[in-house]
Amino acid sequence: MAYDKFNILKSTVVPLSSENVDTDQIIPARFLKATEREGFGDNLFRDWRYDVEGNPKKDFVLNDPTYSGKILLAGKNFGSGSSREHAVWALYDYGFRCVVSSFFADIFKNNCLNIGVLPVTISPEFAEVLFKAVEENPKTEVEIDIDQQTITLLSTGQQESFDINSYKKENMKNGFDDIDYLLNIKDEIITFTEQKV
Amino acid sequence: MEKKTLFDKIWDAHVVRSVPGGPDVFFIDKHFIHEVTSPVAFLNLEKRGVGVLYPERTIATPDHNVPTVDQDKTIKDKLSRMQVERLRENCEKHNIELHDLGSAHHGIVHVIGPELGVTQPGMTIVCGDSHTSTHGAFGAIAFGIGTSEVEMVFATQCIMQTKAKKMRITVDGELGNGVTSKDIILYIIAKISAAGATGYFVEYAGSAITSLSMEARMTICNMSIEMGARGGLIAPDETTFNYLKGKQYAPKGEDWDKAVAHWKTLKTDDGAVFDKEYHFDGNDIEPMITYGTNPGMGIKVRGFIPTTEGMEGSNKSSYLKSLDYMGFAPGEAIKGKKVDFVFVGSCTNGRIEDIRSVAAFVKGKHKADNITAWIVPGSREVEKMAHEEGLVKILEDAGFELRQPGCSACLAMNDDKIPSGKYAVSTSNRNFEGRQGPGARTLLASPLTVAAVAVTGEISDPRDVF
Repeated sequence: MAYDKFNILKSTVVPLSSENVDTDQIIPARFLKATEREGFGDNLFRDWRYDVEGNPKKDFVLNDPTYSGKILLAGKNFGSGSSREHAVWALYDYGFRCVVSSFFADIFKNNCLNIGVLPVTISPEFAEVLFKAVEENPKTEVEIDIDQQTITLLSTGQQESFDINSYKKENMKNGFDDIDYLLNIKDEIITFTEQKV
Repeated sequence: MEKKTLFDKIWDAHVVRSVPGGPDVFFIDKHFIHEVTSPVAFLNLEKRGVGVLYPERTIATPDHNVPTVDQDKTIKDKLSRMQVERLRENCEKHNIELHDLGSAHHGIVHVIGPELGVTQPGMTIVCGDSHTSTHGAFGAIAFGIGTSEVEMVFATQCIMQTKAKKMRITVDGELGNGVTSKDIILYIIAKISAAGATGYFVEYAGSAITSLSMEARMTICNMSIEMGARGGLIAPDETTFNYLKGKQYAPKGEDWDKAVAHWKTLKTDDGAVFDKEYHFDGNDIEPMITYGTNPGMGIKVRGFIPTTEGMEGSNKSSYLKSLDYMGFAPGEAIKGKKVDFVFVGSCTNGRIEDIRSVAAFVKGKHKADNITAWIVPGSREVEKMAHEEGLVKILEDAGFELRQPGCSACLAMNDDKIPSGKYAVSTSNRNFEGRQGPGARTLLASPLTVAAVAVTGEISDPRDVF
């Protein structure tokens, strides 16, 4: 599915410093029973966000009105475990357009790029700077410029560049997806298959 | 001539084209689907007005959310029923082979693929499930994908992939008594951590690996994802060929000879270079168990939960949060901890050899009173063999409850949930918070260790019990 175009994102940040956050935490398996891609944001981080009776847990960051924004600042090894794309659907549906971490799990990162949520990998040092800045001032803003491949802490101007391959970059900027590309070369794929068999 | 790894050989043979500055257009030989990660892909396909390009290359089965009792009746849970019905409709509409509930080859997708002989050396195999890495045991490139990619495979039989880096993990030496392939993989993950192989595709080699059966090899490749690897594979050999020979979808007659001749070329060239290599000594491996909330948090059953020495910052707080969830303290022995449930099953350890090993160990014994023991075969075929071999009788006499095939309590999408706060020692693959039910506490171990726990009612080393 085509998604929103991504160019420059300037936003406050929601910090979640836990390490090794797996996709079962992002969206527990029991909420994967839909046959359509709707409403997954309601169950984002379900068991960290709500107690068994469904009351919001006060100490969880998404329930803290101090923090909001389109950028999730996450701990190391974010998105490990299950390949469920529903985890990214939940993040997107909740309103996140970018996840920043010093380390992402592979499949999760791929799924993000396919959905239009930008995964930005930064150094552990810069991650620490950002966590600290957000802790000190929850209204602090971060700017992500996909064309320049930079992430900037606006209050201090501290900046780092991040990697993204040029193909995925164009896709993100234009809201294209891989299927558009693949369908365009279908004849080449059919020829390949016939030669292979 | 260029020296290639096994991974290179298979990968390079499946690249349709390489996008400059981007990924490869990667051709997929076999595609497995199930009820949970396919419906939105089918829906989007229809929105685009595109059909399934090669339906004969996709095989379907409902496994993730299905009940493990009364499978002949209508599924009670409305949402689960709708997903299974949607899978049936989509397979019918797009002419895709479906192994439905109750049919002879229904089961967990990663159990039935090998069982049917669909999985073969040299293939590229994907499924919207991270444990697709299981099929790597046959010398195939197999890995999990997201739903967008499931749609790509339907539409074009290709996905866009950047080639992973290459890692080789060599385990030499002989395994001791009571040590299984599950212990090998839990040991490796504990050594290199739950993120230690992220960005890599792993080849497993060495005498401790090549001496394993196909089923034991599948357990190892299955858990490659638990150290972050995209997948894991093992070069095919006589053990592989013997397993496949005569299977329903395996080549026959002259085609078989041709296939085997080709499969014999599928190995890493001497002198081929890996981006990273690890060597482990099989003699050092003992029965393993996890104590935390990711599969890298594993120790010897006779070992102690690590202290926080040397940890700081978010590393330490994440560690303590994990132990708090489990109700354990740093420095404690794990042996002797009380357990409430045991679960034998899943795509990791739900095959006939696993059930045989549990049955052999509990024969003539009985589970402890404080234990609820579930045993869930990986497929109908496994269930049938377990009956025919008299294993079901042994297990039921020992107080185990045999259920019908499916993913079951591994991810608790159906009613097979471990209650909040209870301890389950499981043969499955993930000990994440809430994985086996909200608040459930999971410890991963081999079928033998699980059998020992079932009988004693507490964490036990199988070598002490039998």
